[in-house]
Amino acid sequence: MTSQTSSVGAAVPAGGRSAPAGRTRRAFGQTTAGYLFLAPWLIGFFGLTLGPALASLWLSFTNYDLLQSPTFIGTANYVRIATADPKFAAAMKVTFLYVILSVPLKLVFALLVAMAFNRGIRGLPLYRAIFYLPSLLGTSVAIAVLWRQLFAADGLVNAALANFGIIGPSWISNPNYSLYTLVVLSVWQFGSPMIIFLAGLRQIPTDMYEAASLDGASRTRQFFKITLPLLTPVIFFNFVIQTIDAFKAFTPAFIISEGTGGPINSTLFYTLYLYQEAFGFFRMGYASALAWILVIIIAIFTAFSFLSARYWVHYDD
Amino acid sequence: MATSIVLDKIVKRYGSVEVIHGIDLKIEPGEFTVFVGPSGCGKSTLLRMIAGLEAISGGDLLIDGERMNDVPASQRGIAMVFQSYALYPHMTVYKNLAFGLETAGYKKAEIDRRVRDVAKILKIEDYLARKPKALSGGQRQRVAIGRAIVREPKIFLFDEPLSNLDAELRVAMRVEIAKLHQSLGNTMIYVTHDQVEAMTMADKIVVLKDGNVMQVGAPLDLYNRPATQFVAGFIGSPKMNFVAGTVESADERGSVLTIAGRTVRLPGLAVAAPRGAAVTFGVRPEHLTVGGETGELLGDVTVQLVEHLGGETVLYTSNDAGDTLNVAVDGQLRVKTGERVPLRIDPALCHVFDGAGRAVATPVARTEARVA
Repeated sequence: MTSQTSSVGAAVPAGGRSAPAGRTRRAFGQTTAGYLFLAPWLIGFFGLTLGPALASLWLSFTNYDLLQSPTFIGTANYVRIATADPKFAAAMKVTFLYVILSVPLKLVFALLVAMAFNRGIRGLPLYRAIFYLPSLLGTSVAIAVLWRQLFAADGLVNAALANFGIIGPSWISNPNYSLYTLVVLSVWQFGSPMIIFLAGLRQIPTDMYEAASLDGASRTRQFFKITLPLLTPVIFFNFVIQTIDAFKAFTPAFIISEGTGGPINSTLFYTLYLYQEAFGFFRMGYASALAWILVIIIAIFTAFSFLSARYWVHYDD
Repeated sequence: MATSIVLDKIVKRYGSVEVIHGIDLKIEPGEFTVFVGPSGCGKSTLLRMIAGLEAISGGDLLIDGERMNDVPASQRGIAMVFQSYALYPHMTVYKNLAFGLETAGYKKAEIDRRVRDVAKILKIEDYLARKPKALSGGQRQRVAIGRAIVREPKIFLFDEPLSNLDAELRVAMRVEIAKLHQSLGNTMIYVTHDQVEAMTMADKIVVLKDGNVMQVGAPLDLYNRPATQFVAGFIGSPKMNFVAGTVESADERGSVLTIAGRTVRLPGLAVAAPRGAAVTFGVRPEHLTVGGETGELLGDVTVQLVEHLGGETVLYTSNDAGDTLNVAVDGQLRVKTGERVPLRIDPALCHVFDGAGRAVATPVARTEARVA
């Protein structure tokens, strides 16, 4: 250690030309250390995200069944999706319906609960944790299985309805209702947007409401003229995140329909259809094309959301 | 027609904790009243109770003789300017000003007329299309005041409205609010912890401490005749000097105190305290003179620090007992740090407080002296 120090120390005044070299070595060492610290993330990003994404982009232009090498077929997969795949249209319809129904309902419900919490109740941290739990568990297989039990013909929902003399259908095996059970499951997972709404509500200064109440504004007017506009950044955030999540929803439909997307494709989420193509029929190239179409749909939706934000999202600064 | 406000034994409790303890106060129509006091004294709470933003736990609030305890805030004829301005950040200045009128259901033409009139008065016509974030602190303050004026309320309440402004702007806005009061003639209540604001703006000052009114009066009354040591220390800048003393003798013609081991004669200052009583002697920095022959000698002090402000010079001094005495003298007086100087007092301008902090000195010749 001493010898190292002395040798470096001797090199600096003696030549004068060695000093930049020493600095370069130090800089190199620091850069290497920096990259080493970054390495776990870099490996994860390149190896598990960017690499597979680019590979799937390439595969989307191929015919690939896992057993034989991919063969390049140009845009044939995309052409087939656009022109000759009725199941794609069915999956799109189910997914869009799910997104259109579940996202607004979940956001409205989350906002209502957040507003109730924001009025100041005892034991708020406990309630907040309890209400957040479904968000942690909601996408799990266990909850999907539980949901299947709840909404089955002899499930708890029908047992409860029977107390009022109502004989309920089998909600999950009736194509008229099956998607709505998944919508309800999605709404039940309101905890995450609720927590964010609650944080947003806490940010709105109390004196704005006081000023409004001195102006004679009713609670309803205060909500529409103050709360809602000032909450738009949070609404926007929740809306984008929840919509992307809804487009990507998979587990509930997979478990409840036992992977079929039935009955009669009524729960055939886009990701479920993609899964069927990839791991049911081993059409990896076709599934990759489906995946990229979903990426494009989500990208277009996100871009449109951001473009529209300037007209309805109010940022204070 | 200006409005009177009466507070009759007003009490505020949060659970079992009482923070406002039965306040009695009468505010005359058109009066500019300032609630002043240190942080936590209850001045803002009292204002919010008048506004209807806090429930009144006990006593009665009367506006023009009508009991207002249970009347909603919006129906009390009150407008309030908040410390934070409370402007709606997503609305333009025009919309901010119009909000209350729209809520009240005024027609568009009437709203437009009123908004533009107020904007003209407050010189914010050019900013009507802007949002608050595009305004300076002073402009925001004007909009906040405009929002109060536009509704043409009977009473204006100001909750520390200038505390977010820089010193220069604060002085300018102080003058503007005072002018506004003169032109509108409404009853106004203004809360501040800044005694300079209170002194310069108020018709009547209410000094509060720990939820109690310590003294009510015109600014100069409070300055000249503080009822307690707290008020004496709070009103006036620089602050009044306080030194411990003992009553040697006292009668209706004057008194003699022992201050820092020195006998000080106070002719013309009657002290209502027995011989031997421990008291606090108070004198304002501007009522102390350095050297000269007029007045009574208080004692010699050592100058610790000299602050030249131009118009006046403030000397930070201490006597042999270690008491700090600040002295405000003519700005051109040349005094050096470390110099030992004699301090003289006009007994008629001095104050004496008993052990409980109550004023016990009466300047028997003060009125005559001032008239002369």
